[in-house]
Amino acid sequence: MAKRQKRFEVLDARDVNKDGFVTEWPEVGLIAMGSPNDPKPSIKVVNGVITEMDGKKREEFDFNEIFIANYAINTAIAEEMMAIPSVEIARKIVDINVPRAEVARIFSGLTPAKIAEVMDELNIVEMMIGIQKMRARRTPGNQAHVTNLQDNPVLMAADAAEAAYYGFDEIETTVAVFNYGPMNALALLVGGQVGRPGILSQDALEEATELSLGLRGLTAYAETVSVYGTEKVFIDGDDTPWSKAFLASAYASRGLKMRFTSGTGSEVQMAYAEGKSMLYLEIKCVMITKGAGVQGLQNGSISCIGVPGGVPGGIRAVVAENLVTTCLDLEVASGNDQTFSHSPIRRTARLMGQFLPGTDFIFSGYSAVPNYDNMFAGSNFDSDDYDDYLVLQRDLKVDGGLRPVREEEVIQVRNKAARAIQAVFEELGLPRITDEEVEAATYAYNSQDMPPRDKVQDTKAAQDMMKRGVTGVDVVKALAKRGFRDVAEAVLNIQKQRVSGDYLQTSAVLDRNFNVVAAINDLNDYQGPGTGYRLQGERWKQIADIRHAMRPEDI
Amino acid sequence: MTQISETLVREVVKEILAKMAADTGGTAAAAPKQPAAQTTYQVSDMILREIGEAKPGTSPNEVVIAVAPAFGDKLKKRTITGIPHAAVLREIMAGIEEEGLKPRVIKVYHTSDLAFIGKRGAELSGSGIAVAIQSRGTTLIHQKDLLPLQNLELFPQAPVITLEMYRQIGRNAARYAKGDSPSPVPQVNDQMARPKYQAIAAVFHIRETQFVDPNKKPVELEVTFQ
Repeated sequence: MAKRQKRFEVLDARDVNKDGFVTEWPEVGLIAMGSPNDPKPSIKVVNGVITEMDGKKREEFDFNEIFIANYAINTAIAEEMMAIPSVEIARKIVDINVPRAEVARIFSGLTPAKIAEVMDELNIVEMMIGIQKMRARRTPGNQAHVTNLQDNPVLMAADAAEAAYYGFDEIETTVAVFNYGPMNALALLVGGQVGRPGILSQDALEEATELSLGLRGLTAYAETVSVYGTEKVFIDGDDTPWSKAFLASAYASRGLKMRFTSGTGSEVQMAYAEGKSMLYLEIKCVMITKGAGVQGLQNGSISCIGVPGGVPGGIRAVVAENLVTTCLDLEVASGNDQTFSHSPIRRTARLMGQFLPGTDFIFSGYSAVPNYDNMFAGSNFDSDDYDDYLVLQRDLKVDGGLRPVREEEVIQVRNKAARAIQAVFEELGLPRITDEEVEAATYAYNSQDMPPRDKVQDTKAAQDMMKRGVTGVDVVKALAKRGFRDVAEAVLNIQKQRVSGDYLQTSAVLDRNFNVVAAINDLNDYQGPGTGYRLQGERWKQIADIRHAMRPEDI
Repeated sequence: MTQISETLVREVVKEILAKMAADTGGTAAAAPKQPAAQTTYQVSDMILREIGEAKPGTSPNEVVIAVAPAFGDKLKKRTITGIPHAAVLREIMAGIEEEGLKPRVIKVYHTSDLAFIGKRGAELSGSGIAVAIQSRGTTLIHQKDLLPLQNLELFPQAPVITLEMYRQIGRNAARYAKGDSPSPVPQVNDQMARPKYQAIAAVFHIRETQFVDPNKKPVELEVTFQ
């Protein structure tokens, strides 16, 4: 064009047009749902063995299909459930007169292609109604990311305390530099228990190290165990469904909570989607998780969000994968955890699919630090968005898992966490934390506000922690000795969970008195108005009480 | 070097003009979708001639540049940000030559996976060091004794790799080949590269993967810049 129309020039400069969009390409699987190459649903069961599934004979199954056929489908009722028309199953998901348990029972007998077909019958609002009814735990929850660019342990402890104080049920960290792993886990554990006793913490690392930190009691759960929807992508990662199931049982054997991770778009990103739709492949991942006996799954595209985000209907498919997870009676940590768009409008709209119905963890992780310090490559919302998020909860009367906090209270918990980690470092013989660092961490915005630490010394000490075999019990002793008795007690109570094992139940979190709240004692009983989780009473007052609302007496 | 200055001047002028438009109009010209595509390059094209199967090198002075199946003659011969493959290859070669070593270019056909392209290149390299590059621009430096999924340096975000960085990558590869331990090439981390490029990068990778021939051995390339 020689001459441009001025409105189009303005439109082209808008944030949304900095995002990348692509057209569908079904032949290679660049399609969110309903690829013409997705198989047609079918099943044949002979003497309790699935001999045919979704148009394939058992001899032709790849290893994912063998795993699903052997472990993820209730063969006793499969033929009966598969005979129900897809649109009827979709209606049962939405129908308030059909209880959650009945839908879950139907889903236990469905194949991947059948589930994909059921999802395609639902529009986005119906999917949200479905999540509201089908999520396992009645009370919705939330998870935060707590990381920083410098792996600064004092800042990490203070940030963990602040996140816990805001009300997150789980906090997740990772590293900027791999060798810092153990020290970050330690800072997160101590800081988190200062902010709110009972918060669960994890450290996303290479799988063997992550397991080892869990066994030592430096973390309380894990979720970085990835599964994929095609055999080829699994093999590229040197894994199979069986190796992942083995890792899952290693966690279970030591009483550690864990969930798997998957998400739409990973297979097509690796160029091996075999022409299948993103959702169809993701349904296989959810079923592999179910088959492995794992209690829950983190999905919602996760780190591949730009792929479904780039194609038509992609965000609907992301809500659908969360819904499938709940229908298969699994805990869901529902994504929203990666930079998704340049456009604030689009970022908010993408959140609504999980925020409005409520999930076990609406974000899997909300960045509790500025995205500058987010070592998961940024989240859909960060700490700069806290007040927006709190107002969204208040406007729509929705429990998004957070509560308004006061500045002076946050200063207090940040300072206590920084002092606690200072004491623990000294007792455990780790590199000294100065009073100046404690002060800086208390008032910091991000890691640029922290005095630099000797990183060589810190990473050496972190590795030495592993060699010396420092455990959660050493942390308890250090805290108790230095007068942080309440924090010591909280860290000890986290260790005790490993013995009782109650928090291995589906969708388990801990309240501030270390009572397990899970699908077993807080089962979602939503069946329409007047049932299920209702935001009311003290909790509603708390959410309504934002910092900047003016009272009549203020005027 | 005069040509580089000219490019620089053009860039600066373009930036100033864009800024002026933004300051005065309020209807600033939109950022072009592929800014790099409109820049002038010293070389913008090349001829790649396949001259037979790539044999293991014997000279400790050579560094292999192993390119992916579509690099240099397919997919519009440009990276994800529109930089001509020819310009990229020239910078990497120049970086290696600056350190007094000899680049040898091969094309890998049996895989489009960067890690495995790099591993194969390193095995064929006389020095045991290779730079691997995909058509979208993603790059790494590999060494023959490492496992396939390991590397010496990885540049996972193609959109933020500049021509100057490609030259530094070539330079560092040559330094590893000489037995030095250079500081890694500094990288920019752009968190918004995901929303901007992830879907397009996936399409790029799929298209490249369609040129994979699992049975075809790596071939030696003769490069003529135009």
